[in-house]
Amino acid sequence: MRLIIEKRLESSRLIAFLVPIASILLALLAGAGLLAAAGVNPWQTYRAMALGAFGSKYSLSETLVKAIPLMLSGLGVSIAFRMLFWNIGAEGQLAMGGFAAAGVALFLADKIPDPLLLPAMFVAAFLAGALWGLIPAGLKAALGVNEIITSLMLNYVAILWIEHLFYGPWKDPQGYGFPGSAQFPKAAWLPRLTGRVHAGLIIAIVAAAFLWLVLGRSKWGYEIKVIGENPRAARYAGMSLARNILLVMLLSGGLAGLAGFGEVAGISHRLQKGLTVGYGYTAIIVAWLARLNPWGVLLVAFLLAGLLVGGDQIQITMGLPAAMALVLQGAILFFVLGGALFAQYRLRLVRRPPGLSTSAEVTE
Amino acid sequence: MIDTSSDPAVAMRGITKRFPGVLANDHIDFEVQAGEIHALLGENGAGKSTLMNILTGLYRADEGEIALHGRRVDIRSPRDAIALGIGMVHQHFMVVEPLTVAENIILGLNKPRFALNMKRAEEEIAALSQRYGLRVDPHAYIWQLSVGEQQRVEILKMLYRGADILILDEPTAVLTPQEAGELGRTLRHMAAEGKAVIFITHKLDEVAEFSDRVTVLRRGRVVATLPTAETTRSDLARLMVGREVLFRLEKEAVEPGETVLDVQGLRALGDKGLPALQGVSFQVRAGEILGIAGVAGNGQRELAEVLTGLRKASAGRVLVGGRDITNRSPRVVIDEGVAHVPGDRLGMGLVPDLAVSDNLILKSYRQPPFCGGFFLHRDSINEHADNLIAAYDIATPSPATPVKLLSGGNLQKCILAREITTGRGLLVAVHPTRGLDVGATEAVRRTLLEQRAAGMAILLISEDLDELLAISDRLAVIYEGRIMGVVDAASADLEEIGLMMAGTEVSTSNPKP
Ligand SMILES: Nc1ncnc2c1ncn2[C@@H]1O[C@H](COP(=O)(O)OP(=O)(O)OP(=O)(O)O)[C@@H](O)[C@H]1O
Ligand SMILES: [Mg+2]
Repeated sequence: MRLIIEKRLESSRLIAFLVPIASILLALLAGAGLLAAAGVNPWQTYRAMALGAFGSKYSLSETLVKAIPLMLSGLGVSIAFRMLFWNIGAEGQLAMGGFAAAGVALFLADKIPDPLLLPAMFVAAFLAGALWGLIPAGLKAALGVNEIITSLMLNYVAILWIEHLFYGPWKDPQGYGFPGSAQFPKAAWLPRLTGRVHAGLIIAIVAAAFLWLVLGRSKWGYEIKVIGENPRAARYAGMSLARNILLVMLLSGGLAGLAGFGEVAGISHRLQKGLTVGYGYTAIIVAWLARLNPWGVLLVAFLLAGLLVGGDQIQITMGLPAAMALVLQGAILFFVLGGALFAQYRLRLVRRPPGLSTSAEVTE
Repeated sequence: MIDTSSDPAVAMRGITKRFPGVLANDHIDFEVQAGEIHALLGENGAGKSTLMNILTGLYRADEGEIALHGRRVDIRSPRDAIALGIGMVHQHFMVVEPLTVAENIILGLNKPRFALNMKRAEEEIAALSQRYGLRVDPHAYIWQLSVGEQQRVEILKMLYRGADILILDEPTAVLTPQEAGELGRTLRHMAAEGKAVIFITHKLDEVAEFSDRVTVLRRGRVVATLPTAETTRSDLARLMVGREVLFRLEKEAVEPGETVLDVQGLRALGDKGLPALQGVSFQVRAGEILGIAGVAGNGQRELAEVLTGLRKASAGRVLVGGRDITNRSPRVVIDEGVAHVPGDRLGMGLVPDLAVSDNLILKSYRQPPFCGGFFLHRDSINEHADNLIAAYDIATPSPATPVKLLSGGNLQKCILAREITTGRGLLVAVHPTRGLDVGATEAVRRTLLEQRAAGMAILLISEDLDELLAISDRLAVIYEGRIMGVVDAASADLEEIGLMMAGTEVSTSNPKP
């Protein structure tokens, strides 16, 4: 008797619906085992986590704050993935967006009229992220260089570049050695909606609507779909792959750049340590779980942000070590992502049918 | 030879399979005896592949039961089917390219996982290929093989796994007539050893030649199971289609017009970097069909690709309507009015996961009325789809159905409908009727003739000599990337064509127009 894994022949809607739910339940169960082993009450911990993420106005707003960069960079990643361009450089594009927005706020504030300062930062952040995304795109389009490697490597370049800035030339002289630039002038602060939730949320929702419209209704969206599904047919139909890779990465990198803009202009009001905390990588998971659907990205980003915030909260409320929260987050992601596999594959226990043999056995 | 007294090797009873919008198999009863070759016949979309996919565990039947050699079995996956001795060569078969023949054959076997004795495996494979006359070199790499040889590898794979029920889904669609004949003899040999062979085809001659019995499906139902000896070609065609089928097409005389396509000394490299076209020249005029005959792999595919901008020419010129389109992009070639029915339908001609309606605008989505600058106009697209589905009689549950769910014949109708409506002047058609049933073949050929009458210049690339002779005006024979001669189709001498296909240059009876 053996356990085998095989491809599901007919993927059903029911399974597509049940699998994520089952994975979350399993994740919670496995997490409960871990918590129990560590000597804490699983039920109380989960309750604390849920309350910490969604239970009050304050916690909801904190969850939204974390969701905004995930939404924007997740949207960026998802549109690149649709065309089978594996952009895993959202983290670096986000960093460059933050850098450009900060640059405008710090050095051009007195040259730009106040009402135009935020729009200028917006545009600068979008362009910086886009340019950073265009490097791997251009290399792929012109020379066929693997974008996974280049986009990943550029993350380190971008992260180290902004670190250099806020530890070095841009460091606030009045900052008591704190790694960060001077604070932006007030005109460069994104308005807040409630709590720390800033207008970046509106940008994210508008961006999702825009992507949804482009993908479903436009000529360009049609090309993206065709290229993503069958690049040979796209070439046959006279579509330019190179042009589309560049255009899509312009948008993808630009959206991640806007996530950086939201962080510096909406939250920290300076370029500082803590801008690159992995949103760009989590965005990959967001895009994947949302099946690259723009509205799905918003929802998944919100839920994953809840997981992050809830995990932080239990450190405080339950007195759990930070590592425990990370383990729980990891377990949940592990099951949910693993579960996605079972939407396409199934496990089966097989017994050899008795009395039947294949020649492979006979020839042994 | 056929022993009908004992339990049949395969007995499928009351098999029903529904897909969204289609009843693919409707209470099918199907029996195959050990020792017989049983032909399975039916129009495109009749449900042949579905029935066989149920037998090989790729799909599960909604209703019905299966017994093998008199024993009820529950086939839940392809692995179960292999363990039960069922082997299938699929319509679009898959072999792993960068492996050798021997590696490919033992791949996926469960047993010799640790101690893989390559040497012994190779000897066994050599013995099997000797025994069944399936010539292949076990050490050769798959990518070095022709399609016919790759198919032999697939058959060897089944035999090596000890299959005694063998299913071949349209095996001859990709073979030359000689190869098809050899395959027939191999199948005979296997049947004579007591294996049960199921053979799907659209070619009625092959049914008569190879099979002992034939089962005809129509719209998911069995219409008849008969001993082949008691049937005629037209009986079978009538059973399949439900009406009389004309085997001869009326080809009206058309006075050819101006030269539309002028190819001069064309050279190009193939995928492996070797010369595939070595100085090809010919012309096609408006209202004329020029057939390109030849054994597969002599540069036909590369020729079509160079003409449509998908492959670079290393020398020579291509003129369409007097304008030089050599090495221009596919986009420019499309805009010059060149239509292309590619040989690889789902791989190149269509986007499998997109809706039928979306596939029908693949070449015209940039233009009004489908697109107004940035946005697509859904209404026009749907209306266009409805029109083409009606005009070309495309069988689809709806215009929104993903095109990959259509049967082979309907896939081809989609491509033809699209290419004919977007092309102006020149149509390059590669194997346009490969794998199509008699009715669909007739429809496609008639469409090509209509376009000819409407003044289109058509380059028809095919390996089916009957087809080439039936509808082309002139025939150019290609061998190793060279045109060996051009002959008039009406007065063509088959022997002469055969010689040219084998590489003998013959003084052409009708050189250039
Ligand atoms: N996976 C699927 N989902 C939905 N419909 C399907 C699927 N597979 C087949 N069909 C439909 O079932 C019907 C039977 O298809 P099938 O492939 O069995 O035909 P066939 O007889 O093999 O035709 P052909 O000669 O073109 O290969 C068709 O209408 C087809 O569109
Ligand atoms: Mg079929």
